[in-house]
Amino acid sequence: MNEAVNEAKVIPFGGDRRGKPAGGAAAGDGATGAGAASAGAAGGRAAGGRAAGGRALGRQKSATTRATAHAAANGERSGRLASVRDGGDRRADAERAPGPAAGRNPGAGRRPAAERGSGVEPSAGAAPRDGAGNLTAGAAAEGPGAGPAGRGAAGGGAAAAGGAAARVADALGNAVGSALSGPLGGVADRLLGRGWERSAADGLAFLRRRITGDYEVDAFGFDRELTEHVLLALLRPIAERYFRIEVRGAENLPEKGGALIVANHSGVLPWDALMTQVAVHDHHPAGRHLRMLAADLVFVMPGINELARKAGHTLACNEDAQRLLEQGEIVGVWPEGFKGIGKPFAERYKLQRFGRGGFVSSALRAGVPIVPCSIVGAEEIYPMLGNARTLARLFGLPYFPLTPTFPWLGPAGMIPLPTRWTIQFGEPIPTDGYGPDAADDPMLLFNLTDQVRETVQHSLYKLLVRRRSVFF
Amino acid sequence: MGKVLLVTGAARHLGGRFVRRIRREPGVELVIGVDLQAPVPELVGPAEASGPGEPHRAAYTFARADIRRPVVGRLLAEYAVDTVVHLGVSATMLGSTSRSQVKETNVIGSMQLLGAVQKSPAVARLVVKSTTSVYGSAPRDPAVFHERMQPKVLPTGGYAKDACEVEGYVRGFARRRPDVAVAVLRFANIIGPRADTPLADYLSFPVLPTVLGYDPRMQFAHEDDVVEAVRLCALEARRGTTNAGTFNIAGDGVLLLSQIARRLGRPTLPVAMPAVSVVGRLLRQTGLADFSPEQLRLLTHGRVVDTTQMRETLGFVPSFSTEQALDDFARVRGTGLLDPALLGRVVDRLAGGVRARESAAVGRAGAQRERTGADSMGGLTR
Repeated sequence: MNEAVNEAKVIPFGGDRRGKPAGGAAAGDGATGAGAASAGAAGGRAAGGRAAGGRALGRQKSATTRATAHAAANGERSGRLASVRDGGDRRADAERAPGPAAGRNPGAGRRPAAERGSGVEPSAGAAPRDGAGNLTAGAAAEGPGAGPAGRGAAGGGAAAAGGAAARVADALGNAVGSALSGPLGGVADRLLGRGWERSAADGLAFLRRRITGDYEVDAFGFDRELTEHVLLALLRPIAERYFRIEVRGAENLPEKGGALIVANHSGVLPWDALMTQVAVHDHHPAGRHLRMLAADLVFVMPGINELARKAGHTLACNEDAQRLLEQGEIVGVWPEGFKGIGKPFAERYKLQRFGRGGFVSSALRAGVPIVPCSIVGAEEIYPMLGNARTLARLFGLPYFPLTPTFPWLGPAGMIPLPTRWTIQFGEPIPTDGYGPDAADDPMLLFNLTDQVRETVQHSLYKLLVRRRSVFF
Repeated sequence: MGKVLLVTGAARHLGGRFVRRIRREPGVELVIGVDLQAPVPELVGPAEASGPGEPHRAAYTFARADIRRPVVGRLLAEYAVDTVVHLGVSATMLGSTSRSQVKETNVIGSMQLLGAVQKSPAVARLVVKSTTSVYGSAPRDPAVFHERMQPKVLPTGGYAKDACEVEGYVRGFARRRPDVAVAVLRFANIIGPRADTPLADYLSFPVLPTVLGYDPRMQFAHEDDVVEAVRLCALEARRGTTNAGTFNIAGDGVLLLSQIARRLGRPTLPVAMPAVSVVGRLLRQTGLADFSPEQLRLLTHGRVVDTTQMRETLGFVPSFSTEQALDDFARVRGTGLLDPALLGRVVDRLAGGVRARESAAVGRAGAQRERTGADSMGGLTR
């Protein structure tokens, strides 16, 4: 048996990142690779205790088997009050009851790693251990408190259930884990080719962060990890294979700092916006994200609003635009709005009015350059031949498109035509030379708006002349 | 002559903790607690002032009074109160579930209190606890609320409307008594080991009902930070800061409700939008939880506030981020059925199998790179 835990790293987990008094402990494990540090149920409630949510990972390598085994000991919820910031809580001292003694691995020579974990102060209450050296979460009695009666009992029940669940889950994890290192791994080798382990490990690490909620979102709800790993990964094949987008002028995107991308809008559904997001991320050397300003319709639709927020979009309003620009983000705006995206096929590539120029005032206030962007190809994905206004009103939509395929073919009619696209980012138009009151000068706003609009329109015409075919 | 404070809502958890904290403050001579119900005595400690040799503790007296009656004016005059801390605006009430009564205490009580304070020349400072729900929650609102922003849709009822009205009266008061330093603290959802707020009750459910297709952004203020922020405003402003005005108080960072549920290990039960109000009413009638319409809106659209003013003007840095506040809550209330530690461990086991496989493969290849295992471990831990 191992005498020492080679390395123990308290990884932040649900937890205590401030280095609060924490009583984490790590358990090593046997050479079989079956880690059995069964921490007790987390359902147990340690009232008033500020003990650790720290989670320790012990690891030990056996020279003969080369098997890397590890066991994760659950963060100890010690009922002991390590240091209570306000004495008002002190009376809620917890009674500690031993958790389910689910010890399957009487680890002799196991050594607590609490003192070695980073962020763990020695003042932390030592974690109570039962005979088997297992960490037991105290099924602590609820302190006298504000909670409704019966909460304590529920906690206790959850603790018992949690203990059983923990055993089942451990067994499952062990079984699959050892199967993977044994026969199943061989099968996977043949099916997936060599080197699948690395991507599997990455995928599992991602899965682990997702199911435990260990990821960050910003104030707008932008989930960078989900966007990079899932949303963009789903959109990328559409951009590269389906629309075969040619991206020009990516060098016009600033390396750092804010910028406002202003583009033409077309194509009934905002595929152009999504494709621009992919283009900015994939063609910017630093892989920066485009933060889009979306119509309010997006944020009242269930499902859509959730995804839009996670992909970094926000409501097209001055406050949000300015906040994002001041944060130094690349912000995308489609000022034509519904007038542009819902215009009939006959008017393709004719820019509509650019709103009231609110985007220019946001850029002026933040002092960031405006990057005109021209998108060719999106107009033809759904040739909108008519607009069923009555149906649109009925559904509360700004327009209800009638295309050669929609709504006649039902959902199949929503498949866009595979046109070939070009997205061109033009020369940035600087806005920082106008002085502080410029954003309130309506003439300047109109002039700048027109300048941007003309730039986009001209490069659209140039790109159209250059284009040989809609589809190839 | 030290400071004399009058604290409303002193029987509640936050009020009690604030009283306890402020009594330890040097320069505070007397604290008067006012509430409808008698407080839990241990929360505020012994009533008498500290003796010689003891650490400072101001004297405390509790007046069981209804702030809807003019009795507060008498208290203000009798003790020459110079600071009034109004924590009595609350979403719920001890021992009462009637919404009209809560509203009456919040609004009429605040009016009476402000009227009494206006008549009392000794008062120089007023602190009012409010909430960020005055901004409402709507899909057409900006993503982040600043103190000066007006929401597109004002709250139409419930606690949020009470708070709006109370803030309106406080603004009127501030106009009439410009000599009084008035601080309005808009707290994000208060959470913590012992906070008794509707949201804390909601997050204690074994299964969290959510609105299908919506993942609201949430911000929390930890109860310790609430006490601390009120303390900052109840005392003289520190050098270089101003503690009068309206401030949003919230921890750093934002969590999505789905993320909160995962961190708490509680399964979610998405309910389609049309059924939400029915389910909410059902839960409310059975007394399981307070799903007021504003709470439902919060759980649909979420709300995030800007805390620049809090940092730069008030000079207050919360000791708990939103994430840490939730962790602290989870530590005490326990995690649910899908304990994240447990789920994480299962995934780790799988990853362990994969890793063993990987190092074995490396071994077969005859590579001398022994540290592959360490690499992949590094990849896992970050």
